[in-house]
Amino acid sequence: MKTTVASALAGLSLALCLLGSGSLAAEPCEVPSYLWFGSNELKHVAEAVKKDKRLTIAVVGTGSSILAGPDGPPSAYPARLEAALKKLLPSVAVKVVTLVRTRMTAQDLAQGMGKLLVDEKPDLVIWQTGTLDAIRRIEPDEFRAALDEGVETLHRGGADVILMNMQYSPRTDIMIALGPYADNMRVVAQQHEVPLFDRLAIMRHWSDTGAFDLYAAGKDNVLAHRVHDCIGRSIASMIVDAAHLRPADAKAGQ
Amino acid sequence: MHAPVVTTGRDLRLDLFRGIALWLIFLDHIPSNLVAWGTLRNYGFSDATEIFVFVSGYTAAFVYGKEMRERGFIIAGARILRRTWQIYVAHVFLFAIYLAEISYVATSFENPLYAEEMNILDFLKQPDVTIIQALLLKFKPSNMDVLPLYIILLLLFPPTLWLLQYRSTLALGASVLLYVLTWEFNWNMPSYPSGHWYFNPFAWQLLFVFGAWCALGGAQRLSTVLRSPVTVSIAIAYLLFAFVISLTWYVPGLGQYVPHWLEEVIYPIDKVNLDVLRFAHFLALAVVTVKFVPRDWPFLKSRWAWPAIVCGQHSLEIFCLGVFLSFAAHFAMVEVSGAFWMQLLVSAVGIVIMVAAACLIRWYKVAEGRSPGSRSMKTPDADLAGGEA
Repeated sequence: MKTTVASALAGLSLALCLLGSGSLAAEPCEVPSYLWFGSNELKHVAEAVKKDKRLTIAVVGTGSSILAGPDGPPSAYPARLEAALKKLLPSVAVKVVTLVRTRMTAQDLAQGMGKLLVDEKPDLVIWQTGTLDAIRRIEPDEFRAALDEGVETLHRGGADVILMNMQYSPRTDIMIALGPYADNMRVVAQQHEVPLFDRLAIMRHWSDTGAFDLYAAGKDNVLAHRVHDCIGRSIASMIVDAAHLRPADAKAGQ
Repeated sequence: MHAPVVTTGRDLRLDLFRGIALWLIFLDHIPSNLVAWGTLRNYGFSDATEIFVFVSGYTAAFVYGKEMRERGFIIAGARILRRTWQIYVAHVFLFAIYLAEISYVATSFENPLYAEEMNILDFLKQPDVTIIQALLLKFKPSNMDVLPLYIILLLLFPPTLWLLQYRSTLALGASVLLYVLTWEFNWNMPSYPSGHWYFNPFAWQLLFVFGAWCALGGAQRLSTVLRSPVTVSIAIAYLLFAFVISLTWYVPGLGQYVPHWLEEVIYPIDKVNLDVLRFAHFLALAVVTVKFVPRDWPFLKSRWAWPAIVCGQHSLEIFCLGVFLSFAAHFAMVEVSGAFWMQLLVSAVGIVIMVAAACLIRWYKVAEGRSPGSRSMKTPDADLAGGEA
């Protein structure tokens, strides 16, 4: 009993600290450094940018990587990522291609990785997955095996990888048990030494700090566009950091 | 010399910890709840589920074991099966509430950001399949995995209990063997629409049977080992190790200090199949608890311990209520506010309701002439999870 009270208090104070530090955020889509997962390098990206002055990124994913409607594609995060990278790396020919198909599990997507390498020759693949696996409650072991297979294929093919996990969706999160899938993505990222864009924690942070009202139920395209813009910009800065491209960025910005 | 040895009298520590486990499970089941930062799972490998399963095995053996010795296998077995049926009914009732909540959500939720997540609601289009699969315990929405585990464990409990009473070492050995074989051959039960049971009954039975074994004299046999300073030091060291590892999950940057080979060894920590690390973590917690919380600890009789104890004494009802309350809390957070004050409020109100409901149930039982811990002649009041034991 005493220990419960004590641990509840400890949890509470920790939570308050988190909230406190979050509310200081100046930018709505700022990502505090503790949410950057892993310090793994993107060697191929660094090489492509420095040597060839070009960068091809493929976004492989499912429904949460696109937005519906006529203004959907330019507002979704892959396009926002391209725009942000072009701004950060003005002297580099940045191209972001998307291979997004709805209702695909990690296993379905992993099988397409070989073809993707041949077709697009990407320097970096951003692999967004996990949502459908969690909804269908795919065996977590199978999910992890699929992630392993996909990441290994991409590494053998000479591409860097960033894994991206599920969206934070407060309205549906009592219905979808994301935990085991998020954990497995973290494990695979750690074992293969690839960066993980922890979209779940990052969006959760934005929700907790009041940057976005992710509880909103109505048809609000503005919210969706703003969230995707923030995701695109955050991945852009993650890539620039993980490939050590900041000095160029600083020079270009001035 | 196979006469079972049974500890006599009620061990309030079991009720206390089961009550606390019920609260923690409730808090963990509310999504996006910052209060859940305070719960056990964030400070080590195991969580409240292990405590709950173990204590339930313990009390089930304590109560039905006595019954089996006094009134025979048939009567005790029949009572266990009746309890199984009650739990099944409780599970179906919770499923109905779950369906009501998500059907409501489905009609009102159109945020374009979450088009993909709305896939979850697809199954509402074919309720015929879904409801049948739920009745078959194959379709289990998230947070509703524990009761099906119990139903299976209890269904097979009569022969297990019989064996535990008369060949306890053999029974425990069989349980360990099943656990090992499950890991070796990846046994599990199928789920709908895909995958397997989230709490693999072939693996989790180990904790339940171990709890039952402890109740039937195992704990006494182990007591010298449990109390030896060596065991206690190992347990404390392991808890510290688990705590440090769990810190690396929440404080990124610390992760890099975990050696690669260690990651290879410990990850993934498999909840589905009751990972050995989780089981060991539970054992370490139990060792430390037994060492530092004596059975006659005065606190157990104080009014501060009482709310948790009363919940722990009616655990099936309170567990189901907790699942319902976690749905309700989520609903309130979605409809009113998800802010931190709301999370605090729903967490606190939920626990107050759990305690109030437990008091009410106790009042009913007293009014009917029974009191917890005593059993009237005609209707020995034993429950699985509900241990009046």
